[in-house]
Amino acid sequence: MESCPSVKNILVLDSEGKRVAVKYYSDDWPSLSSKQAFEKSVFAKTHKTSARTEAEIVMFDSYIVVYKFIQDLHFFVTGGDDENELILASVLQGFSEAVDHLLRNKVHKKAALENLDLIFLCLDEIVDGGIVLETDAKAIVEKLSGHGLEGSGSITEQTISNALATAREHFARSIFS
Amino acid sequence: MPRSLAGDLTDPEMAQPYMKKDDDDDEEIEYSPFFGIEKGAVLQEARAFHDPQLDARRCSQVITKLLYLLNQGETFTKVEATEVFFAVTKLFQSKDAGLRRLVYLMIKELSPSSDEVIIVTSSLMKDMNSKTDMYRANAIRVLCRIIDGTLLTQIERYLKQAIVDKNPVVASAALVSGIHLLQANPEIVKRWSKEVQEAVQSRAALVQFHGLCLLHQIRQNDRLAVSKMVSGLTKGSVRSPLAQCLLIRYTSQVIRESSMNTQNGDRPFFDYLESCLRHKSEMVILEAARKIAEMDVTSRELAPAITVLQLFLTSSKPVLRFAAVRTLNKVAMTRPLAVTNCNVDLESLVSDQNRSIATLAITTLLKTGNESSVDRLMKQITNFMSDIADEFKIVVVEAIRALCLKFPLKYRSMMNFLSNSLREEGSFEYKKAIVDSIVTLISEIPDAKETGLLYLCEFIEDCEFTYLSSQILHLLGNEGPRTSDPSRYIRYIYNRVILENANVRASAVSTLAKFGALVDTLKPRIFVLLRRCLFDTDDEVRDRATLYLQTLDGEVALGNTEKDVNEFLFGSFDVPLANLEASLRTYEPSEEPFDISFVSREVKPQPLQEKKGPGKKQLAGAPSPATVSAVDAYQKMLSSIPEFSGFGRLFKSSESVELTEAETEYSVNVVKHIYKGHIVLQYNCTNTIPEQLLENVIVYVDATDAEEFSEVCSKHLRSLPYDSPGQIFVAFEKPENVPATGKFSNVLKFIVKEVDTSTGEVDEDGVEDEYHIEDLEIVSADYMLRVAVSNFRNAWENMDPESERVDEYGLGVRESLAEAVSAVISILGMQPCEGTEVVPKNARSHTCLLSGVFIGDVKVLVRLSFGLSGPKEVAMKLAVRSDDPEVSDKIHEIVASG
Repeated sequence: MESCPSVKNILVLDSEGKRVAVKYYSDDWPSLSSKQAFEKSVFAKTHKTSARTEAEIVMFDSYIVVYKFIQDLHFFVTGGDDENELILASVLQGFSEAVDHLLRNKVHKKAALENLDLIFLCLDEIVDGGIVLETDAKAIVEKLSGHGLEGSGSITEQTISNALATAREHFARSIFS
Repeated sequence: MPRSLAGDLTDPEMAQPYMKKDDDDDEEIEYSPFFGIEKGAVLQEARAFHDPQLDARRCSQVITKLLYLLNQGETFTKVEATEVFFAVTKLFQSKDAGLRRLVYLMIKELSPSSDEVIIVTSSLMKDMNSKTDMYRANAIRVLCRIIDGTLLTQIERYLKQAIVDKNPVVASAALVSGIHLLQANPEIVKRWSKEVQEAVQSRAALVQFHGLCLLHQIRQNDRLAVSKMVSGLTKGSVRSPLAQCLLIRYTSQVIRESSMNTQNGDRPFFDYLESCLRHKSEMVILEAARKIAEMDVTSRELAPAITVLQLFLTSSKPVLRFAAVRTLNKVAMTRPLAVTNCNVDLESLVSDQNRSIATLAITTLLKTGNESSVDRLMKQITNFMSDIADEFKIVVVEAIRALCLKFPLKYRSMMNFLSNSLREEGSFEYKKAIVDSIVTLISEIPDAKETGLLYLCEFIEDCEFTYLSSQILHLLGNEGPRTSDPSRYIRYIYNRVILENANVRASAVSTLAKFGALVDTLKPRIFVLLRRCLFDTDDEVRDRATLYLQTLDGEVALGNTEKDVNEFLFGSFDVPLANLEASLRTYEPSEEPFDISFVSREVKPQPLQEKKGPGKKQLAGAPSPATVSAVDAYQKMLSSIPEFSGFGRLFKSSESVELTEAETEYSVNVVKHIYKGHIVLQYNCTNTIPEQLLENVIVYVDATDAEEFSEVCSKHLRSLPYDSPGQIFVAFEKPENVPATGKFSNVLKFIVKEVDTSTGEVDEDGVEDEYHIEDLEIVSADYMLRVAVSNFRNAWENMDPESERVDEYGLGVRESLAEAVSAVISILGMQPCEGTEVVPKNARSHTCLLSGVFIGDVKVLVRLSFGLSGPKEVAMKLAVRSDDPEVSDKIHEIVASG
């Protein structure tokens, strides 16, 4: 495995360092507490920096972490210290762009939580068991948007009924919560 | 929530109702769709999966909630997981694409047990053969994740097809799954190499990348095949930057391995690597530059790589700047001259927003800078230090220490910098790094000693860390009395006695005593100060003061001469604390006082801790105390045997050496006990045959190849029943304090009696039999105790230079420098000091410091200087000092004959 570029984890945290969605591909962090400790130190080391226009990078504890902030969401991609930084950066870029598309350019915590299924699927499509599956955001979005599924006829139909259902659901939720 | 899964993303119609809601909720800050979520309730909701009329949207929401819970760290019990799993399998009935994707994800998260896997296998296999590419691709990934070897053979056919599927997503899914499966089922995956090879030729960029990765892993142990693969691809077209990076890694691996075998230094694919420096993708350029920089290349070959990295230094992207400066930093460690051209760019990076980049730039500059630029650099760094975190400061401090050792003439400005840093606020680690640096500089640069000591004195006037104060006081005691004006330090030291906590006060008392012992003019004043300490509130401080007052006064008979007093005060405490502790624990109060000279001096070799991920660090543990007390146990056991009680103190017991192969009828290992004039061989025997009882077991030892040894007695074993180990001892006499060597051949002789295993009855009649076991050797290293010294330099200088013996040896062609170093260490059987047994990678020369105690209780110190001359040809200079010049000669004899 050592010669294949590998990603150790991808994290999406909020502006307080809380988990929005995380995916660990390596067993460097075997327990929940070790994962949380890692997230805490990543957040502590990065939250004061500005990583809005360009992706930033930090190295600590033999890990390289590339990261980018969009609104109140912090995106991180971690690799080993012998990894090519630009490969990690391309994963980060692919991921954050895909999320941007999926959330229709409204990337913030609330939207991310409301579409958490999409974020999970996106994590699943970009890296598989540490190996980079796809870094092109458009390709990822296409895979998730059902391009290449059965005939396109049914999609419009589904879309409308879904839209209605979504509205219904939100209504119901606002009543019960 | 398949709304956006199914829709065209640019369709505003679909987004509308959804986003509108967002606007309404804007003022609600803590709004979360998962607010108040509770595991039990969600598990209840999951019952909806069993509905005959599936509501796909509702099911999707429930799965999302389950995934959310898992992602937040919630765990399901075995029962809960099984229940959810069965419920989820019902969802295969739904045709909803979005829901199906979530079902796949959920199955992967639940990682079902093998009997559960069977339930979903058929559904997943159906999806694997579906017309929908997305189903095919995902079903492959899920199935391969949860499957075991037997099931794998059943679906192997489909996977091979999928690898060459015309849809790239399907092909990639199969290839990546193959990479994962290879770990557990290599023999199956290796059968796919024909298809994988075809995938490598694919026009789809990522299929090629994944194919290449798998193909290399299938062939990684076949050097020739990898070389062929590389040579084919470097000529052909590799489509994606990722695949190109992979190929660069494989190519450099081939180059590295081939240069190891051929002596001429021919590098077959170097041109390819160089051409990658001109690739349009930065990812590829970086990979190539980094690999070239890691190689053993000429300056001319290295130059183009440095040039592209230099261009990256001015990039607008922080990641790229970081990658470049990190690589240059690494190059600067071994070849600083190659990087000097980048100095201007590096200097501008010192003010980089990203502090990681700035720190790397600084430390690189510290390596590449020349003597004239030191002052300017130090000024720049001073401005920089105030706004970086302590962890970066430590890196900088260490770089400065290295620079100062390189340019000792410039010690003033650097010492000054370090002492200024000491005055600033900082964590313990940071302060310790500075103190350690100053201490190193003091010991390496004689001119820096007095200024350095004064800086340290200033520091302890206002130091909050007990550990550092004690360390500095100890150093002051050793170095201070030998300076030009020892009296100037007394004030600083005595202030500690007045102002500090008990630990520091005790250290200060010891330090004062050392001044008193060495500086006669100060002695009366020290006495006054020490007498004041007699009224201290702390026991330890008072005890120390009393003890020192009396020793310095000559009242306590520690020894008659002044030399003994100094030995007492300054001599290193050469008993390993762990051994002392173990001995004290086993000491039983009796008439006989505890004798420290009986404590084993031997340091148990600790296995080298390899650097692994931080998760594993805790596991590499402390040495078990059991092994330490083993020596005491041996001493106790042997002295209880009357035949051996006259041999005196046990000098050393070896590790046990196996004399039989594993799983033979009788297993025997031997422990060598070394005494002044004797050795005792302890054979530990185990009978592994239940049907046999051995009686009158002896080891017949033939010592004809060990001339200096003569057998004095042996203790046989009356009976050796099945599976209960017994010991046989054979003792030899040898000339006193002489490290006699020799080879002993051994035969186990005994009477075998049959045992009825069902009744346990033993047959009366036995048969004589013998059993050959392997030879054993007494080597010189058996006479050497691994004893560490805390300060090698001091210990070296305190030894009589007259005892020094120096000679040079050619060690011939060796695998590596590190291999040669460890070979010499094991021949001598000595303790490496100060971590010098570790040889840095790519080093051309290395100095290794060893210490030990030779039989006759003779202290021995060895300084080994290794150098590479010619390819892999290792030469060694061996300098020995010891308490006895004859032993120094002896060490040379050992090395010469080894």
